[in-house]
Amino acid sequence: MARSTGKDAQALFHSLRSAYAATPTNLKIIDLYVVFAVSTAFIQVAYMAFVGSFPFNSFLSGVLSCIGTAVLAVCLRIQVNKENKEFKLKLESIYRHKVLSGISADAERDLPAERAFADFVLCNLVLHLVIINFLG
Amino acid sequence: MAAAETFHGKTLRNAFGNVFSFFILILIGVLAFSIRLFSVIKYESVIHEFDPYFNYRVTQFLTKSGIYDFWNWFDDRTWYPLGRVIGGTVYPGLTLTAGTIWWFLNSLNVPLSVETVCVFTAPIFSAFASWATYLLTKEVKGTGAGLTAAALLAMVPSYISRSVAGSYDNEAVAIFALIFTFYLYIKTLNTGSLFYATLNAIAYFYMVCSWGGYTFIINLIPMHVLLCIVTGRYSSRLYIAYAPLVVLGTLLAALVPVVGFNAVMTSEHFASFLVFIIIHVVALVYYIKGVLSAKMFKVAVTLILSLGLIVCFAVMAVLIALVASSPTKGWSGRSLSLLDPTYASKYIPIIASVSEHQPPTWPSYFMDINVLAFLVPAGIIACFAPLSDASSFVVLYIVTSVYFSGVMVRLMLVLAPAACILSGIALSEAFEVFTRSIKFQLPGASVKPQVDAGETSSGSAIPENDVSKTDKTEDTLKERPARKNRKKDKEPVAVEKPSIKSKIEKRLLVLPLEASILAIFLLVLLGAFYVVHCVWAAAEAYSAPSIVLTSHSHDGLHVFDDFREAYAWLSHNTEVDDKVASWWDYGYQTTAMANRTVIVDNNTWNNTHIATVGTAMSSPEKAAWEIFNSLDVKYVLVVFGGLVGYPSDDINKFLWMVRIGGGVFPHIKEPDYLRDGQYRIDSQATPTMLNCLMYKLSYYRFVETDGKGFDRVRRTEIGKKYFKLTHFEEVFTTHHWMVRIYKLKPPKNRIRGKTKKSKSKSSGISPKRSGAGKKNPWH
Repeated sequence: MARSTGKDAQALFHSLRSAYAATPTNLKIIDLYVVFAVSTAFIQVAYMAFVGSFPFNSFLSGVLSCIGTAVLAVCLRIQVNKENKEFKLKLESIYRHKVLSGISADAERDLPAERAFADFVLCNLVLHLVIINFLG
Repeated sequence: MAAAETFHGKTLRNAFGNVFSFFILILIGVLAFSIRLFSVIKYESVIHEFDPYFNYRVTQFLTKSGIYDFWNWFDDRTWYPLGRVIGGTVYPGLTLTAGTIWWFLNSLNVPLSVETVCVFTAPIFSAFASWATYLLTKEVKGTGAGLTAAALLAMVPSYISRSVAGSYDNEAVAIFALIFTFYLYIKTLNTGSLFYATLNAIAYFYMVCSWGGYTFIINLIPMHVLLCIVTGRYSSRLYIAYAPLVVLGTLLAALVPVVGFNAVMTSEHFASFLVFIIIHVVALVYYIKGVLSAKMFKVAVTLILSLGLIVCFAVMAVLIALVASSPTKGWSGRSLSLLDPTYASKYIPIIASVSEHQPPTWPSYFMDINVLAFLVPAGIIACFAPLSDASSFVVLYIVTSVYFSGVMVRLMLVLAPAACILSGIALSEAFEVFTRSIKFQLPGASVKPQVDAGETSSGSAIPENDVSKTDKTEDTLKERPARKNRKKDKEPVAVEKPSIKSKIEKRLLVLPLEASILAIFLLVLLGAFYVVHCVWAAAEAYSAPSIVLTSHSHDGLHVFDDFREAYAWLSHNTEVDDKVASWWDYGYQTTAMANRTVIVDNNTWNNTHIATVGTAMSSPEKAAWEIFNSLDVKYVLVVFGGLVGYPSDDINKFLWMVRIGGGVFPHIKEPDYLRDGQYRIDSQATPTMLNCLMYKLSYYRFVETDGKGFDRVRRTEIGKKYFKLTHFEEVFTTHHWMVRIYKLKPPKNRIRGKTKKSKSKSSGISPKRSGAGKKNPWH
């Protein structure tokens, strides 16, 4: 029983690794960033558990800034992922596009990576402006 | 070629429809604003009621002293001798909004007074709220439904009751913020754009600034997310709509001083964190599922499940331990009274004593949302065909708000937008069905669909009304498939073929011509009833400022301006630092209008202090004098409606004073004031009742008015007619006796020798009093 589970786990691990190896490099960079942010959050939580949460504002803003960064990066990753077909330009922009160039109506296109990154930067800006307010 | 032509026709029609709906929206905004002006026209441009006076006073302070002084404001003119930290205990959204408007207008050299800005803030924001409703409903069901819902919301009586001109209260801006936050959430959910998610968090911040009702948002959205996950509707758009909102929203909420760290410490917010964890687990599962093959995924599930369950239990245990360690299980009293409707009446009389915290009666539903109550079920059905993420949100919204409105009459306000949205959907769907069936049966129209399209592109041949109608139907037809994210596209290159096919398909669903004409007529009639009712409610029922009262009688209109008379008297005839005691209802008004220090006010943060005043009011004269004297009180203010029949006076509120006082000081017992469980003030009343301070201050010299002492509110002759006050003296009574102000007599000099004996003979209590006078530090 235990051996079969171990084997399964190994097989799973292998297939996960091979599947992950296929992901594009830019997504891998984002993943690294997410892992870094989450581990920073964990370090802070562990520190809080040992030392205590006395300046609660700094603990709160520290942990939430890490989690927030991770969440936003995950959002960015979802949006720039080519395999994700959920993000289509909205109707109006398709129409405008169509009028200009006359391509067929069902030419829906993905959210451009530039747009996704601009949103990501904006959201991060707001997040860290808020975090700054917790200083002191 | 033909395709391009029809396409151009469609864009032209689209543009025309957009312009049209833009003008409709402007008109709706004007309607929302102007229907709320009845109170200004019928009375005058004044701030209404109780809480708005406090907000007005805070706004005045803000405009005078600036934002930094506002945050640090410690108010020593209220809750004497404790004072109150206003900057840290007030929801600043409304004040900051009005202050900003005032500042902006003044910088444009428009010299409006602060009061004018405050009076008109609510109507302006109700126009914004109806536009936000349009946006929200448009996201759910298309433009037609959006316009209908906006028009309904512009004049729904429930919302009017809280946002007439002069009703300068948190709800005035909070409803706009609520709807707008929901709109941005739905928008993010539909588009999956991080930009809207950011805006959503900021709108949520504005809501947290404005009203304690923000907990409704932070619980409703997680509920919807959970619902989506459970029903298998998880998508990465859902993740983008929810996860950034929780992180950013929590941080932003913690910035508002009145919320502070409660945003992460109280149970009201825990649901969002729990769902935040769940959505991450689900997101991870979906990701792995996408990466792995089906067989490997199964293996992974069995492995992860055993591991994940342990982690889940650990997290749950930590959460439960956290919650259980706080005394009220982390819930504040008001939230608990929402979950358990009997909680307030059992434990917190001060919450139960406010009439707007009582459960509503059935007629109040009809009064407040009128025909919408009957349209809502139809709207719910329309939302289920077809069910999308957005429409399921609306359904969830109405279900929860119906429950909350059933608990507290005040939360009817949260129900109103939901009812408007669903009724708007129902009405527009009904109109769409009926107009479509008429259109297909009219001679000529059914001949060729292409002709129809060509004609519209020329535009002039068809009357405007018709264009807008076809436009609406077209719009909804177009937008729905896109919204549902259906993979099959209904509008490929060849437009004619599928459209004909779909039209034939639809012809099978056509209703008889006569029936649909009749149905449209009935629907228009229903709408007309609604409009008539709303205008009536706005003009008659909800526009009274309650600071100025009017009554119609056979000899014309009477105006009772007693409150302002009394407050003006106080501000002109008393010292600046004199303390005025009254029941807490009149605290805000006294500080704002008379500018005198009060003992308690409508911000009921200190129950003991209120109980002290309640005890004083329900004690005999001497004990009351001692309590008031120990609080430095110079004047006592009571509101008395017995002469003119004003029902919400202090005698009618008196039992609450007894209850609240008795809750802290057990020597005050409610049964002492009741004769066989009945509250009465006539000759059958108990001696405790007839000797308490409230009775005496209310009915002092009352018998002189008509010789009998007939109380027109209680419809009875009073029990004790001739009595003298020993410790208080009457200093002012307004024109209609509605407000009576008494001054505390200074303690008498101690008298020795013979005179003392004769004094003690004349009244039994005087020796005791001289003893009390000795203890008294004030003398």
